[in-house]
Amino acid sequence: MTNQQTIEGIPQTEKGHVKDRLKKFMGVQRKDATLAKAYMIVSFVSLLLGALLGLVQGLNRAGLFELPYWFNYYQVLTSHGLLLVLIFTSFFMIGYFYAGISNTLDGLSNGVRKLGWSAFWTKIAGALLAVSQVLIGEATVLYTFYPPMAASVWFYLGLTLIVLGIWQSCFGVFISAAKWRKANKGQRLPILAFFAVGGFVLLFFSSLFVAAEVLFMIIPWTLGWVETINVMVARTLFWAFGHTLVNIWYLTAVSAWYVITPKIIDGPRFSDTLTRVVVVLLVVLNIPGGFHHQIVDPGISEPIKYMHVYMSLVIGFPSLMTAYAMFYIFEKSGRKKGAKGLFGWFKKLPWKDARFLALFIAMASFIVGGAGGIAQTMHQLNQVVHNSLWVVGHFHVTLGMTAAMTFFGVSYWLIPHISGRQLTPKMNRFAWWTTIVWAIGISIMSLVMHYVGLLGAPRRTAFTEYMGNATASSWDPYLLLIAGGATIMTIGIIMQVYTVFHLMFRAPKGEEEFPIGEAEEGNAIKLPYWTERWSVWILLMWATIAMAYVVPLVEMMINGAPGSPPQRTW
Amino acid sequence: MHRYEKIWLTVSSVLIIGFTLIVGYQAFAMDLGPPSDMETIDPQKVDSTAPFDEPGITQIGDKEYEVVMTLQAFSFTPRDLEFPEGSTVHFIMTSKDVVHGMQIAGTNFNAMITPGHVTRMTQTFDEAGDFLVICNEFCGTGHEMMSTEINIR
Ligand code: HEM
Ligand SMILES: [Cu+2]
Ligand SMILES: [Cu+2]
Repeated sequence: MTNQQTIEGIPQTEKGHVKDRLKKFMGVQRKDATLAKAYMIVSFVSLLLGALLGLVQGLNRAGLFELPYWFNYYQVLTSHGLLLVLIFTSFFMIGYFYAGISNTLDGLSNGVRKLGWSAFWTKIAGALLAVSQVLIGEATVLYTFYPPMAASVWFYLGLTLIVLGIWQSCFGVFISAAKWRKANKGQRLPILAFFAVGGFVLLFFSSLFVAAEVLFMIIPWTLGWVETINVMVARTLFWAFGHTLVNIWYLTAVSAWYVITPKIIDGPRFSDTLTRVVVVLLVVLNIPGGFHHQIVDPGISEPIKYMHVYMSLVIGFPSLMTAYAMFYIFEKSGRKKGAKGLFGWFKKLPWKDARFLALFIAMASFIVGGAGGIAQTMHQLNQVVHNSLWVVGHFHVTLGMTAAMTFFGVSYWLIPHISGRQLTPKMNRFAWWTTIVWAIGISIMSLVMHYVGLLGAPRRTAFTEYMGNATASSWDPYLLLIAGGATIMTIGIIMQVYTVFHLMFRAPKGEEEFPIGEAEEGNAIKLPYWTERWSVWILLMWATIAMAYVVPLVEMMINGAPGSPPQRTW
Repeated sequence: MHRYEKIWLTVSSVLIIGFTLIVGYQAFAMDLGPPSDMETIDPQKVDSTAPFDEPGITQIGDKEYEVVMTLQAFSFTPRDLEFPEGSTVHFIMTSKDVVHGMQIAGTNFNAMITPGHVTRMTQTFDEAGDFLVICNEFCGTGHEMMSTEINIR
């Protein structure tokens, strides 16, 4: 890039300033903004479609809404899962981090932007292919597609395209970071880009597992090249990916907490070094957590399961650090504004600012979600709640509140920022109410799901009376409450999607800030460089993966069960 | 590092290690570990492999029973089981097709029944009642119909 050479030799502090002006001249950002906008449109359209399907599920389970035979409950649920877990979240993540990288690493290079677009279209093609198979009833296998249920091969090819798209988006991030580092020798990567690298490293390496499952096991098997499949190996590979995916959305949300919140509440960022340590820990420790989805599976011995309880609980460590960091920045910003006493800072927080409120509720709900997660990772409790509605309640708190609400909070400034528009006070108020409505709806639905799950109500189950059994009918009042919560949530999502499109196409033209907090350490001292050694972190990550997976996978392959032929039970 | 930071990090570590130790104690000292059977079976030959060639109930002692059960889309074999109050029942289960779950609502009985694996679990029924047994893993379009009862008299 030419601006790099122009500003050679200008002192540190001025350098940033000159770069800012140059960026505007070059207009690089506009093209990057278009890319980010495309990702956001797809993300929020999927959210709307997914939410409408969610409403259908909530109503159906309560016996209020009957589905036609050509679009049954499990087709709806497969689509809900795919749209929300795979599409809404990943398109948001790419849009947000690409915008962030463009902002903090002096714009995307032409090559990276092209990669971003090619990732976009590859993922769209994959998503359309996969969802089309669900719609025509050839892939009613839910988003977890556990073998030996076998969908049409087109479904798996669709998933393959999605993964190929994901890989392109990962390379775009890695290339951008490497370029910047070369041009800024010895300096730490700007913090938002550091989070991006962490997120995409996890995304890249965890998707290798699902790619192995789909390409080397499922596709040859659905095509009839091999007769049977090893069910346990497939499940294990899936969860190495599936579990990590959820934590990637969490890492994306956390990046906004650490980097964006301080600027919005006018306080310093938490220690730059410790923030990076949290990212590194989340990356290094994450992938083994997949086993906590298999605590009651046969074919995995008890000592191995026990080791994984520990490996799952350890992921709690960086999260507990995050809790500390958030209180720390709240308190600092409160003190700066003259707050007194132990809790005086609480009143000084900008409660009327939707950008803040959404993030705050997201953080608060992670205390609930995190506690529930710790509970269900423990063997005996897991056995009580496994596959019950408790679990659905749990991941609507963690995904729907913690992750999605953070994404909503980010959208209130990111969408106007990339659209050359402004968040007006009026829209801020509307966004504020959106946050409240969504929080109320999802709290009702999730809390009731936790409770009725403890009573034994199963997840992934269409409306049923279980032949009039009394235990089953005692769940009915709760299922009605769930339908009520689902209705309020759907109103919240409609308001949210309206907000996004209003901010993108209708709001008054202007400039909305991309709020990035200043490091607490300031820019004066030169910070140590060891946090930037990604090759070391990736090696450590593989070491934990090896510890977690080599023994059980080898056991499953060598002493594993005889395989299963493809089955179609829908 | 600040003093509070150190306190918090210590508390966090103690919490995590504490939970791990509790789980370990329950699993290994109290024998409350999750179902983790390593026994395998050819899922295509369930009907001709003992003991699943003859699913059913056998009384093996005073108020002690053994149930050999197959799960298949969308039923349990045998179904509608009946035992006297206070019975201890040993279940031996496998799947003939896809992944199923077996849960007895109102108890801690909850297991994945995967094709190729044999799962053994024991449950004592101390109270009379009609216990609902359901499949709690999606197994196809009749999944919500896959249920039966255990009647304790
Ligand atoms: C209006 C909004 C929403 C409503 C009403 C809703 C409702 C539901 C319901 C009732 C289920 C349970 C179905 C069952 O187990 O039988 C479900 C499952 C699920 N939802 Fe949502 N949901 C909404 C938004 C979201 C969001 C925003 C996410 C994630 C970002 C999400 C992720 C999931 C996932 C992963 C499942 C599990 C799918 C499966 O078991 O295969 N949902 N949802
Ligand atoms: Cu997980
Ligand atoms: Cu089932």
